Amino acid sequence: MQKSLRIDANKCTGCLQCEMACSYENYGVFNIAKSRIKVFIFEHEGRKVPYTCTQCAEAWCLNACPVDAIRVDAATGAKVVNEATCVGCKVCTIACPFGTVNYVADTGKVQKCDLCGGDPACAAACPTGAITYIDADWTGLDKMRAWAGKTDTATRASA
Amino acid sequence: MAWTRKILRVDLTNGACKTEPLNMEWAQQYLGQRGLASKYFVSEVDPKVDPLSPANKLIMATGPLTGTPASTGGRYSVITKGALTGAIACSNSGGFFGAELKFAGWDMIIFEGKSPKPVYLSIENDKAELKDAAHLWGQTVWQTEAIIKKTHQDPQVRVSSIGRSGENGVLYAGIINDLHRAAGRSGVGAVMGSKNLKAVAVRGTLGVGGLRDPKAFLGAAAAAKKVLADNAVTGQGLPTYGTQVLMNVINEMGALPTRNHRDVQFEDARKISAEAMAEKRPDGKSHLVTNAACFGCTIACGRVSRIDEKHFSVVNKPEYWGASGGLEYEAAWALGAANGVGDLEALQFANLICNEDGFDPISFGATVGAAMELYELGILTKEQIGLEAPFGSAKALCELAQMTARGEGFGKDLGMGSARLCAKYGKPELSMSVKKQEFPAYDSRGIQGMGLTYATSNRGACHLRSYTVASEVLGIPVKTDPLTTDGKADLVKAFQDATSVFDSAGVCIFTSFAWSLADLQPQLDAACEGDWTMEKLAEVGERIYNMERLFNNAAGFTAKDDDLPPRLKTEPAKTGPAKGLVSGIDKMRPEYYKVRGWDANGVPTQETLDRLGL
Repeated sequence: MQKSLRIDANKCTGCLQCEMACSYENYGVFNIAKSRIKVFIFEHEGRKVPYTCTQCAEAWCLNACPVDAIRVDAATGAKVVNEATCVGCKVCTIACPFGTVNYVADTGKVQKCDLCGGDPACAAACPTGAITYIDADWTGLDKMRAWAGKTDTATRASA
Repeated sequence: MAWTRKILRVDLTNGACKTEPLNMEWAQQYLGQRGLASKYFVSEVDPKVDPLSPANKLIMATGPLTGTPASTGGRYSVITKGALTGAIACSNSGGFFGAELKFAGWDMIIFEGKSPKPVYLSIENDKAELKDAAHLWGQTVWQTEAIIKKTHQDPQVRVSSIGRSGENGVLYAGIINDLHRAAGRSGVGAVMGSKNLKAVAVRGTLGVGGLRDPKAFLGAAAAAKKVLADNAVTGQGLPTYGTQVLMNVINEMGALPTRNHRDVQFEDARKISAEAMAEKRPDGKSHLVTNAACFGCTIACGRVSRIDEKHFSVVNKPEYWGASGGLEYEAAWALGAANGVGDLEALQFANLICNEDGFDPISFGATVGAAMELYELGILTKEQIGLEAPFGSAKALCELAQMTARGEGFGKDLGMGSARLCAKYGKPELSMSVKKQEFPAYDSRGIQGMGLTYATSNRGACHLRSYTVASEVLGIPVKTDPLTTDGKADLVKAFQDATSVFDSAGVCIFTSFAWSLADLQPQLDAACEGDWTMEKLAEVGERIYNMERLFNNAAGFTAKDDDLPPRLKTEPAKTGPAKGLVSGIDKMRPEYYKVRGWDANGVPTQETLDRLGL
């Protein structure tokens, strides 16, 4: 079963534990400047929204890469940057419609979410369940359940 | 490393920014943030210095856990000699600025001297420079942050700044970071303004690495987060209701100071409570929008609210219609109960003005309360104030907040704080303050330990130096009787010393609703070089408290200043469980001095100093 990151922005408090966990997982330092997941705080609406790569099935970054540095991890479905191959041309950062591939000046390579090989550190670090790692085919399950819960079954109960 | 081992020293007089190594010997004795910065401060500054003179210094300091995933590990403190109090000031703030400063590679910034013209400090990792702030002077906190982000072309820069109140010498002006988070008390913003320093803008991309034992640290941090999540206060009460959860509770206890402490219960407490914030208004929306966390915080007690667009305070002012920070309990009390105003929207408006222009809503609200009492006594007139200002006037509250922000008319008098205001008009006894700093939201007739807390707080009246409410009201760590003075000397000392450690570590004091030092210790020990045992932490806490006390004594404070206003000692509580009681401060004070190892004049004995290595 393939899994997918699911983000429920309503549960996000904006604490940035996910960003610290991401940077620590990938660089061994707590450094939100190096995080592959970013939390956006919309002050005037009081909204906090974590955002990262959705791992497109047909990945524009992967298709745009001239040196085949972005490959699919068969186990997780993640589109993974091979740093040894990446030449830092940044074409993928232009190709990505969502801005979730970014250049890292320190390394001269690009970085993006790779789902931590199947155990995403951001989801493990999230204190409120705003970020979870769930069955990729059923990311709508919670929403379905919520709507199902509102279904009127009174007629049957009274029958 | 838990400490970056680097200090930035900024000489504002000649514009020089210098890097210095952190004194690691002191770090082992004073930990960080409050303790360590205070050690630097008392070592470099004459206690008799005029707080608003160039000879005063101002330090912004992070703690060893700032910028780590320890829950709430994003704090920083501002240490200086307070403009309001003349005592050592230490104002602690959350938000994101502190962690950013650490990520840029700095344990602390020491500002000294006075700039000949308005400047702001720009930090990008190890690059620090003073920049011209002519275009920022006269701007609010909110405008200042927006302008800096725009001119730097960097939405990720974190800004800490003063508003117009700090420029205009409002003596309880604070320093605001991330729009709504404040190093709020004692007038640290007035000191910053006196130095012509408008703001500090930081961008840090170095991060925090190389903790002593990263694996042990992550384990300890995770265990401590679980303690917070499983605790009723930090896991449920604070995220759901915020600190405002206390409004009805404290009112029921008869410890909600009302109308300048004339009363101890407020008939409209419910209207300004957490419960009211969550209810639907006539416009169909609730006041409360959501909760919010500071950096690294897994509690998320922060309130984000939206004001009613139809409310008189914001009609035709769409700039205030968006979601914004507040109300927190202390602000809701000071702007509300303290002056008898039961209009939630008005309180939020006044709170927004405090955030926007950078002044402490506790001292401001309590000063309005004092002014309203002077008005009701006929000592202040409508002509002097510029409007009618009886207790309960929401309109007066909103107008006075704006006048104080702009430094206009009677706002100038209010900007002095209640002690100077009441003295000016011949009624010094009506200032509800200690060491010229106004009380927060707990009446010391109904919660006796808080009276001793206020009287002996090193930064003037304050609840955050020993929050015995935890014990006397909530039963944390053990329940004590709020109506008795028995055992309060020991309780206050224990809270003061432990709080000194929390404030020096880089974490929020609200963790201590669930954490004891035993939860903090494993995180510090794993993160920090050295051997951080419980015994050592307890000693560090006591050392810090005594060091602050020595500074204040040298500044001229004596046992006489460890006292409460006569109202709390002679006018019994009129209603509620504490009915008939006055504060037992005169009984508790000598007991406390004894427990502290101080003489009858409140001076630490030589034996105490020797024991603590002071």
